[in-house]
Amino acid sequence: MTAYLIQRLLSMLLSLLGVSILVFWMVHLIPGDPALMILGERANEAALQELRQQMGLDQPKAVQYARFLSDLSRLDLGRSFRTKGLVAEEIGRHFPPTAELTLAAMLFAIVFGILAGVISAINRGGFWDFATMFGALAGVSIPIFWLGLMLILLFAHQLDLFPVSGRLDALLDLEIERRTNFMLLDTLLAGNLAAFADAVWHLILPAVTLGTVPLAIITRMTRSSLLEVLNQQYITTAYAKGLSQWIVVGKHALKNSLIPVITVIGLEFGYLLGGAILTEHIFSWPGIGSWLLKAVEARDIRPIQGGVLFIAALFMSVNLIVDLLYAYIDPRIRIQSAAV
Amino acid sequence: MILKRLAFLTILLLTFTIGISHAKPRAFIFGRGGDSVGLDPAHEEDGESFKVCESIYDTLVQYQDDSTEIEPALAESWETSADGLTWTFHLRRDVDFHDGTSFDANAVLFSLNRQHDANHPFHQVGGPCIYWTDTGLAETVDQISRIDDYTIQITLTRPYAPFIYALTIPAFAIVSPTALKKSGEDFTNRPVGTGPFSFVRWDRNEKIVLKANKDYWGGAPGVDLLIFRAIPENSVRLIELQNGSIQAMEFPNPDDLPLIRQDPDLNIIEQAGMNVGYLAMNMDKQPFGNHKVRQAINHAINKNQIVEQLYQGLGIPAKNPIPPNMWSYDQTTEAYTYDPGLAKQLLSQAGYANGFKVTLWALPVPRPYIPNGRMLAEAIQSDLKQVGIQTEVVSPEWGTYLEKTKNGEHDMAMLGWSADFADPDNFLYYLLSKSSAKKPAGNIAFYRSDAMQSILDQARTETDTTIRTQLYRQAQALFQKDVPWVPLAHAKQIVIARKNVRDLTLHPTSFKYLRHVKIKAD
Repeated sequence: MTAYLIQRLLSMLLSLLGVSILVFWMVHLIPGDPALMILGERANEAALQELRQQMGLDQPKAVQYARFLSDLSRLDLGRSFRTKGLVAEEIGRHFPPTAELTLAAMLFAIVFGILAGVISAINRGGFWDFATMFGALAGVSIPIFWLGLMLILLFAHQLDLFPVSGRLDALLDLEIERRTNFMLLDTLLAGNLAAFADAVWHLILPAVTLGTVPLAIITRMTRSSLLEVLNQQYITTAYAKGLSQWIVVGKHALKNSLIPVITVIGLEFGYLLGGAILTEHIFSWPGIGSWLLKAVEARDIRPIQGGVLFIAALFMSVNLIVDLLYAYIDPRIRIQSAAV
Repeated sequence: MILKRLAFLTILLLTFTIGISHAKPRAFIFGRGGDSVGLDPAHEEDGESFKVCESIYDTLVQYQDDSTEIEPALAESWETSADGLTWTFHLRRDVDFHDGTSFDANAVLFSLNRQHDANHPFHQVGGPCIYWTDTGLAETVDQISRIDDYTIQITLTRPYAPFIYALTIPAFAIVSPTALKKSGEDFTNRPVGTGPFSFVRWDRNEKIVLKANKDYWGGAPGVDLLIFRAIPENSVRLIELQNGSIQAMEFPNPDDLPLIRQDPDLNIIEQAGMNVGYLAMNMDKQPFGNHKVRQAINHAINKNQIVEQLYQGLGIPAKNPIPPNMWSYDQTTEAYTYDPGLAKQLLSQAGYANGFKVTLWALPVPRPYIPNGRMLAEAIQSDLKQVGIQTEVVSPEWGTYLEKTKNGEHDMAMLGWSADFADPDNFLYYLLSKSSAKKPAGNIAFYRSDAMQSILDQARTETDTTIRTQLYRQAQALFQKDVPWVPLAHAKQIVIARKNVRDLTLHPTSFKYLRHVKIKAD
């Protein structure tokens, strides 16, 4: 098991190195002068030259890459030329909102997805099966942008049940110190229950919006995987033994059908952590997706490099965790890798 | 188990409602499309940064609330020497920065010399001083010196009439030397000025919170808190406004305007912006060197229709390169009429009876002066087709667009300009002088007229405003004759506010309008 882990970590490192080369060269291949982007319509040659020098753009590419790698090894991701802030700090500030939103969305998707998938599988061919599958198809087809706006219009505007956008009421927020920038944590740390409740309330609509597609995918995956398992011989045996449907499905079948579902959950998780740009845009959510997008628009080299590397590392870590989870859930994999 | 859950939830909800019923400070929340980049004005050049800076800082002089006339701010009075080279400013007394330190001549010297003097210890701190270089003050200003605690002198290398207007630019605001020395590079996140609001906190890409400076020399502001919230999606911003969670917003979707007009809770506040959107014809490329061709194109484009449809009532067709609210604007200029028949005639006189084909560059991003570049390109394309001119629409992304048009790669390109300060020189010199036609050029029509250069050079050194006005009228007449552009539109600026908001008046070129705002209790 340990050998497997070390092997995976090493290959992760190699992949990240590859990503760093890609990211480095890509930024230099994109047309558009970064200095001109930052200075805008008003740039004159003298200012442009000065800025280029400051950005180190006048050095040969190999030198720039070497500098880049050496900084990385010290976890120094440099400074944004647009905001003058430290990239590592900015990532540390913008990632928690995305993480919080992703966790909420996935919680919603997993709980309701597995539930719906199970109901669907058990009632195969029946009304609930049809209804759930139709819902799943709709969920996967609906554009996030439209869904988010519709949810806001209906639940926030017409029915006044939820706040429109943002993470917390502006005035309540004044009493909260952003220590971790996880709003749920920070409100609890500040001992402010009203703010905590408000933060949860603000999280609901964006989580539902973001979680709808994963919900649909998890539903379908759970259903098909569970159906396969339910067809197995040992399930028939279990029923023959006189066990109730709840125990057969809940205790025996479900666990065994989870592997493909976990794969899908892991993939969706990694994908969402990359920054749910559309959802962030609609709900004014200051996450890492929109942060990175702004950096790309402005040709702000350091944040682009740091951001992409961070997201790549994150995605790889999530995949690693998923693989480890397989081993935990399925003893056969554990035994296999031990034998190796 | 369920009962426990219910109890917990009830308690949560109760604390929530109780929390809300406490007395709340009067907060004015302004919804905008993006966040500021930095709050040290010397290093910024984007409107969102300046918008907030104008509430935190003061400049030496400022515009009057409802005009582009200059009035005292941190400088109570000033004189110019006879040769126009020495400006003496008498500073306001009994003014403090938000950190309690006193405002005096040293503060002015510090704020301006760090931009001007390469040897100043803080010259490199915070990045390039874009506006100081850009407005030419780097060359025009010779020295900034202290006469006594409340008098400073600025000497120029040559007379520069727009100088007093240039000093209104937020980039030249006075910052607290003590605070800057303490925060260094981080000053952009901890700004300290003398303005009507002081800085409380900044949650990046979320909001900036300012609180009222009750001792402000210009009178305490009308609200306790001023909060700028970044809400990127236009329709969501409007919903927040309709729900009352913000009090005012900018940049509604033009399509939402009819809805807004019908809403009894909302007011539309409009103001002619100080900007121009234009279609430049690259005179370095054929056939735009030909005068008749340029005239023909001016007759071929149906400006009124374009502005009506594209700007949805938020723009007026342009005939001059400067906007109507700029002094010296010539009302009597005869605009080129929409006359495709005349256009075709002129084209055949020029030898292009069968038309020709050129590239038409379209803005890929919305700009204040042109909200939808691609739609504009389509309209222009179809107008030009009517007179036999084929166009290929090209729309590279924004960074490339700027770079390549400055280098003259286009045949025709749309672009625009928003005033830095209320002086015609700010438009005409950068956009239409021969000296500005050197690549990377501001003058992307590459219009090289010695006559225009001479008028503009004269106008910027002449200190008598009456003479300057005459000169700028001449410049407009010359422009109308030579037409290196098709001037398209001047965009209005618009803010939507809730009915209970008072004293929110827009200004053509500054963001002062939040200083006096009040919220009337419903």
